[in-house]
Amino acid sequence: MAKELWKGNEAIAEAALRAGVEAYFGYPITPQTELLEYMAREIPKYPGRVFLQAESELAAVNMVYGAACAGVRVLSSSSSPGISLMTEGLSYIAGTEVPAVLVDIMRGGPGLGNIMPSQGDYFQMTKSLGHGDFHPIVLAPSTVQEAVDLTYGAFELAETYRTVVVILADGAIGQMMEPVVMPPARPVMTEEERADWALRGAKDRERRILTSLHMNAEGLERMNLGLQSKLARIQRNELRWQETMTDDAEVLMVAFGTAGRICSSVVQSARRAGLKVGLLRPISLWPFPEQRLLELAERVQQILVVEMNAGQMVLDVKAAVAGRAPVHFYGRLGGVVPLPDEISQQIDKLVSQPAGAGYKTGASNGFGHATVVPAGDARAEGRI
Amino acid sequence: MQLEIVISGFGGQGALFAGQLLAYAGMDNDKHVTWIPSYGPEMRGGTANCTVVVSDDPIGSPLVRQPAAVIALNLPSVDKYEGLVKPGGLLIYNSSLVERPVYRSDLRVIAVPANDISQEETSAVTGDAGDPRLANVVMLGALVQATDVLPLEAIEAALAAHLPQRHMRWLEPNRIALRRGAALATPETA
Amino acid sequence: MTLIDLANYDVVYRRPEALTNVQTHYCPGCTHGLIHRLIGEVIDELGIRENTICVAPVGCAVFAYNYFNVDGCEAPHGRAPAMATGIKRVMPDRVVFTYQGDGDLAAIGTNEIIHAAGRGEDLTVIFVNNANYGMTGGQMAPTTLVGQVTTSSPYGRDVELVGMPMRVAELISTIPGASYVVRRSVHNVANINKTKAAIKTAFQVQMAGLGLSMVEVLSSCPTNWHMTPDSALQWIEDAMIPVYPLGDYRVADAVEPLTKRRQPAHQQNGVTGG
Repeated sequence: MAKELWKGNEAIAEAALRAGVEAYFGYPITPQTELLEYMAREIPKYPGRVFLQAESELAAVNMVYGAACAGVRVLSSSSSPGISLMTEGLSYIAGTEVPAVLVDIMRGGPGLGNIMPSQGDYFQMTKSLGHGDFHPIVLAPSTVQEAVDLTYGAFELAETYRTVVVILADGAIGQMMEPVVMPPARPVMTEEERADWALRGAKDRERRILTSLHMNAEGLERMNLGLQSKLARIQRNELRWQETMTDDAEVLMVAFGTAGRICSSVVQSARRAGLKVGLLRPISLWPFPEQRLLELAERVQQILVVEMNAGQMVLDVKAAVAGRAPVHFYGRLGGVVPLPDEISQQIDKLVSQPAGAGYKTGASNGFGHATVVPAGDARAEGRI
Repeated sequence: MQLEIVISGFGGQGALFAGQLLAYAGMDNDKHVTWIPSYGPEMRGGTANCTVVVSDDPIGSPLVRQPAAVIALNLPSVDKYEGLVKPGGLLIYNSSLVERPVYRSDLRVIAVPANDISQEETSAVTGDAGDPRLANVVMLGALVQATDVLPLEAIEAALAAHLPQRHMRWLEPNRIALRRGAALATPETA
Repeated sequence: MTLIDLANYDVVYRRPEALTNVQTHYCPGCTHGLIHRLIGEVIDELGIRENTICVAPVGCAVFAYNYFNVDGCEAPHGRAPAMATGIKRVMPDRVVFTYQGDGDLAAIGTNEIIHAAGRGEDLTVIFVNNANYGMTGGQMAPTTLVGQVTTSSPYGRDVELVGMPMRVAELISTIPGASYVVRRSVHNVANINKTKAAIKTAFQVQMAGLGLSMVEVLSSCPTNWHMTPDSALQWIEDAMIPVYPLGDYRVADAVEPLTKRRQPAHQQNGVTGG
């Protein structure tokens, strides 16, 4: 297949169309709007498929909920503030256990924040995408091609587990253009292929009910235990990550998405400088590749987590490595993208000091000033 | 080989499209490429810039602090990027619009009267006074000639393939503009 | 007990096929069950049971999906019109209806109902107005009458504080995409029959693809009104109807023939509380 130059937002939309998405509901918000606009332009060319611009993200997610209950492949997309508004519906979708795919092109927050690339939604996506005990599958691409591939596979994943799958990218991936090989177009589901729970009208069968309501406590506990066992299955089966030069790494960087690809540049320049630096880039943020991190923590001397937020994934890294290696954090906030040179400086600082030797911060709150701060509150302690 | 190029100008000067041409040409010549725009709330009239990375290897960061080359289509772009170009890097500026000298002495600097050239070439097509619509491609021609990033023919092919259909009558003027820009630059000496 | 041979009798009353054979959870004297029955009869009469999807609200009718013998689901509070939109858009040949109370539709869900109407969604909305939040124990709703005592307006609805009651049928009738918007009541037999006729028209409007149809039904809530069932029905007539006049608020030209074709109420099956 020939490579074509695609903008991230449009490439994701096209990948969803090729995966046989039947309905898209969304609301304009920068920096994801090209995704909605692409769907507005392209979906009418596919008879029977649905594009609808909702009056709010709140309505959009509930349109998704309805279409998901009808057993069709359905997509929505938004950016951070819009995702906040969707969380009510996403919790219902999780509680009803219907499949849906959601794209979050993250921007700076909190509040209205700005429209620049950010990774500030990590907690919201992996830990608290609505009330109650659930996690969506969260997949974080670092290139436009990977965004295409993950989106293309997201629908089957959502259907397999009857869950929400989130493609978690940021404004940089949404806005940038890169060469992409598009996957082949699949036909949409036939009526025979519809799930055996889908609401299609009770013709020649018992009626079906889809609800997240279980008034009886024991009944809701049973439902939740079932949900938890499904989540445990996802944790066993759906881990994804990529490693770069981790075999002999003494310093292990951990970063996802745009920060992850930037760190891959750092690995290259560090290696040229003779520094044994490697990178683990989680692709599935939930489930999180904690076992692999623990294995690597046993043999590296230091871990540096780089994020475009105030330190969110770093808590999962710390939990995973369980004190086997000191975990440091470097983050940029507010839509500032960390560049390779400033990350390299952090590596230099780390390797110039013995591991665990009371690594200290250069400033107490210096995220925006290219300062390494160890993760969490133990700022005076390198080993956490 | 990896080259990072920033192309910057007023909205409407074609900075983003020039960057896309470069990215298309790189991709079609089996290079790794990234193109990333600055994007802002202004729909009209603001400054627009993009960063293009062309590389023989997979590209990590699509953004750089110190680009190897900058195309500055207007004065604000020179003001913004003169200090950021990598030492020894390339600064190509639109001398039709920028009258001040470049202060840094550690750069290769190419002054391209891109609006004037565009005006001549468009005038030849339209018969009127002409316009600056080809300035971006003139500048791109100088960049390609001054670096070994891609052959000039690669940009010509990208023009033919990606110029919007409604602008196809401008294909030949674009080619001429590209060549005229290239003629103002000399290849990089190793 | 001896079995009765039905062949010797005329059947004058039976449970509609579109209702399930379960006891509802509604309070004694509440008219929700009656409205359910009217919908069940209409679904049977139109022969659309196997083609219909019910979207239940949050509120007293949260379990509505248990009572209609059709495919059903349960929307977040106020979002039923959005959820129904998602269902209808991907299955335009199915019949989709929402059943919503006044907290659900007239407070938290105003955005969703207004824009579903604005888009002219081919949906049928049964909007049950009982002037308070029933399920949570009788709090003030946008529809609560001036001076009406509820648990969250213990001194009576104060206009200075919270404004006047919202007239939803009037509001929705101003939206061009809503082609059939009427207000009915179920406080006596004549009005019950009119309500059923309106519900039938509303479904027919959807089946004809004419846009959003909404029947607002004034309904009693003896428990939270602290009244007997009888006096609650009387209160609908005495207190509610003067504020919420019954009538047709919008009948689009294209809908007119449907209302004319309707059978007179007296020829229809008898109706009784569910």
